[in-house]
Amino acid sequence: MRQERNNIFLGVDWVLVLLYVLLIGFGWVNIYAASFTEESSTIFDFSTKYGKQLLWIVLSIPMIIFILFINGKFYERFSSIFYLVSLVSLVGLFIFGKEINGAKSWYNFGGMSLQPSEFAKAFTALALAKLLSDRKYNLNLIKNQIKAFIVIFTPALLIAIHDAGSAIVYLSFFFVLNREGLTLIYFVLGISAIVLFLLTILFGVKVLIISLLSIISIYVLYNAYRNQRFLRFNWIKILVTYLISTAFIFGVDYTYNNVLQQHQRDRFEVLLGKTSDTKNIGYNSNQSIKTISSGGFKGKGFLQGDRTQGKFVPEQHTDYIFSTVGEEWGFIGTSIVIILFIMLLFRIISRAEKHNNKFGRIYGYGVASVLFLHLIINVGMVIGLLPTVGIPLPFFSYGGSSLWGFTLLLFVFIKLDAHKSYDW
Amino acid sequence: MKRSYLLYFLIFLIGIIFIARLFQIQVIRGADIDPVQSAAVKIKFDYPERGYVYDRNGKLLVANQLSYDVMIVPNEVKELDTLEFCSLLKIDKDDFIRRYKKAVKYAPWLAQVFLKQLAKEDFAFLQEKLHKFEGFFIQKRVIRDYPIKSAANILGYISEVNEETAKKDEYYQQGELIGKSGIEVQYEKYLRGQKGKKHFHRNRLNKIIGSYKEGMYDSLPINGEDITLTIDSELQQYGEYLMQGKRGGIVAIEPSTGEILALITAPSYDPNKMVGRVRAKNSISLFNDTIHKPMFDRGLKATYSPGSPFKLVNALIGLQEGVINTNTPFYCYNGYRYGSRTHEFMKCHCGIYGNPIRLNTAISKSCNSYFSNTYKRIIEKNNNPSEGMDNWSNHVKSFGLGNYLGYDLPEGDKGLIPDGKYYDKSYEFRWNASTNISNAIGQGEVITTPIQLANVTAAIANRGYFYTPHIVKKINNQAIQDTMYTVARKTTIDKEHFAPVIEGMHYVFKSGTASWTNIKGIDIVGKTGTVENFIRVNGKKMQLKDHSILVAFAPKENPKIAFAVFIEHGGFGSTIAAPITSLMIEKYLTGKIQKNRKWIEERMLETDLYHIYNQQILKPETLEAGTK
Repeated sequence: MRQERNNIFLGVDWVLVLLYVLLIGFGWVNIYAASFTEESSTIFDFSTKYGKQLLWIVLSIPMIIFILFINGKFYERFSSIFYLVSLVSLVGLFIFGKEINGAKSWYNFGGMSLQPSEFAKAFTALALAKLLSDRKYNLNLIKNQIKAFIVIFTPALLIAIHDAGSAIVYLSFFFVLNREGLTLIYFVLGISAIVLFLLTILFGVKVLIISLLSIISIYVLYNAYRNQRFLRFNWIKILVTYLISTAFIFGVDYTYNNVLQQHQRDRFEVLLGKTSDTKNIGYNSNQSIKTISSGGFKGKGFLQGDRTQGKFVPEQHTDYIFSTVGEEWGFIGTSIVIILFIMLLFRIISRAEKHNNKFGRIYGYGVASVLFLHLIINVGMVIGLLPTVGIPLPFFSYGGSSLWGFTLLLFVFIKLDAHKSYDW
Repeated sequence: MKRSYLLYFLIFLIGIIFIARLFQIQVIRGADIDPVQSAAVKIKFDYPERGYVYDRNGKLLVANQLSYDVMIVPNEVKELDTLEFCSLLKIDKDDFIRRYKKAVKYAPWLAQVFLKQLAKEDFAFLQEKLHKFEGFFIQKRVIRDYPIKSAANILGYISEVNEETAKKDEYYQQGELIGKSGIEVQYEKYLRGQKGKKHFHRNRLNKIIGSYKEGMYDSLPINGEDITLTIDSELQQYGEYLMQGKRGGIVAIEPSTGEILALITAPSYDPNKMVGRVRAKNSISLFNDTIHKPMFDRGLKATYSPGSPFKLVNALIGLQEGVINTNTPFYCYNGYRYGSRTHEFMKCHCGIYGNPIRLNTAISKSCNSYFSNTYKRIIEKNNNPSEGMDNWSNHVKSFGLGNYLGYDLPEGDKGLIPDGKYYDKSYEFRWNASTNISNAIGQGEVITTPIQLANVTAAIANRGYFYTPHIVKKINNQAIQDTMYTVARKTTIDKEHFAPVIEGMHYVFKSGTASWTNIKGIDIVGKTGTVENFIRVNGKKMQLKDHSILVAFAPKENPKIAFAVFIEHGGFGSTIAAPITSLMIEKYLTGKIQKNRKWIEERMLETDLYHIYNQQILKPETLEAGTK
């Protein structure tokens, strides 16, 4: 026991660590390219973006050691407290928050800004794991489902007030709930709601209601024909389906036109190809795609991306960092990054599945889900498949808070994973 | 365990989608992205000198001159002495403010034209003091210069490229000059040369941050190629001179090559009017003159009935088809009756009542009855009129009529040569040769342009073939190679049928209607014509004064020049068209006008038909009254 205490690296999954190092390292190379200017000289120049990022990478090492040093049980036992602290820190933003880019989601500590929402993800994952791993907990009970929803949506709502984009990430915990036995209906309903939402915006209320109702009707008639049961339908079920879908479509139309703000509407319209403005609303997305596209198969080479060097893509070192990969490293670079992420996610899930202990497994699932949704939203936006939502690409995007937040998220899992081999 | 598959599957699926999308935008789309087409590259152009244009004898027709634009970058403009600046530019303060505001509104960071095409003297003064006015600079431009104030319809003009073209054609940027008409547009690719390019690297704020890849993609300008036209500028100018006071078109072709010697339209304009600062104003007044239409090239685009000269074609077809020979007699009784009703009678002025008329006389006296009979026989040779008509149509079209000839100028008209189908449609198969008997004398449905008629004349002069008319002789001093212009096109008429027709045409100038314009020592062969024409006023068809028309070539053996002349409302072909042709032939073949023929020249110069044109336009009511 003592010996083990001394060796904090015992049981650590080095594959995960290696993937982490690769992503962080390649991410930094691209931040260097995206924020490089002719004047700046050394990589240790902390007035530059890449200099600061390097500092944060270096500072994350003591944090990692600290995480690995603490007993794995500690995270389970204190997860509720961490969770509460992070909720308090999110509430505190309303009073002490500092506004950056129109979002009041930062604390300012003497020149350094911290974004509590980046850490809240890890703590929510811990709290959720704690809740679901309780022996008496049964997800089939509505009461328990609601408990889980409260754990997930409380921080999400607090974040959504400042920054709706970052709150979307909390939806990823549904993967966890699903894994732990939540009925798939939520999932199916969610997906159909998203699809209906997009279709309503794209085709308008009338077309959609008519086509949806006719599809349902055809389905009902087809069933009647198949079963030779004319007139003996489950009328209530059919009626409710009709009513709910109609109400939903009208609701979407109302929300879209009256609740969403113009800049949010614009993002959808650009994505759905309803407007093709490449100057104003569509500028970021358009520039980003062009930049990636210009990289071609092989890429232009490190620091050779003229669109990156010309600073054509706004926020390229943060949310649009993947476009730098696209331009300078080409299709080879971008697909390697995607593959690295897939390997990381697969590794986390497969390690999590091996846990005998429910807490570790659920937490691991949470980690994979959060990272996965970040990947979908961020890369999807940068390559023009999803509307503009400003969330970072894990381990890649510039920013201390997000780097530490993801490091915390991942290494707590690595610790739990290492721990399972000698302590439970 | 099973439940974990969902996430595995989704991660895998998203990975595939992302990589597929990246493949699409990077490998498929990315492959054809030109690196310098990127927004990160700013291209500056070096403009080459546009090619010169010469006439067939090496006389300079189009040259270049420098002009100076005052440019502005609104963002860089600092406080300045407006009064001094305005006096240098010779504009007033209001004008200055208006132009400045316009530039700011357009794009404050972009260089744009502030004042176009400054005079050379003003430029010299301004250049000395320009350093005082930040945000302004001078851009040199090359514009056209026309030493000879003639042939505007051929030479055309250049002006700023329009938005559509600039979008469609990668070569052009907005504000650059491009050929808009005449050879300037037809031979744009040769004349314009190749712009030189310098590439600069810039950031998204349009700021230049250095040369792009050390000038790897840069290129030097290549000057435009010079073009030699087939035009004889002396003849062209002389023709335009004779056409003063008249409206119409003259086309002269060298039959042995198809080279266009002169292409005259009247009224025309001084090509220098479409250059530089004055162009905008002049082009409005020129294009808006819808009455005399100076921008309308009558030589290429005016569509008239060909009138009597078309009888030559019918005669040739008749001979070729064997329905007549040189001795076939027809009779004329002051006209030709083609139906039983009283109005179905075509008048004739040949004056030979009841005596046999043979081909030679028929041509020289232009007998309508003779050609109506011939035409009837051609159409009725086959079992049904539609077949006969098709056969006739094919013969006519072999002369280049009824379609664009294929000459190298950007304007034209197909004209119309009807065939069997045409009448089957409009008469629902109930028709025969009598229905369209007017085609016999070039009136009915047949429509031609002067250049088409000139080409027919060249084909007759060549006894059966022609070269596609063309206006460019050499490009960059290399004779054109295009087989379109170097290979003869054959008509469907055999060579031996031409001699009797040409003989008949010879009589027109020797002893017929145009004999008073005959030149001693030169055998002119031709055919005059008058073309009836009508307009509709308030829905009523009304006859106007006849168009005067003539086709001719000279000399009779080894013809050097073939003509078609059209004078709008010029009356008899022999009164205006014939003397003008004769004078131009003399000028071209001998280089001068003999003293004893000066009176003809003077008479032509004095002939002013504008009182007729104005009468038609100004008082359609009086015209209406007159016809009652």
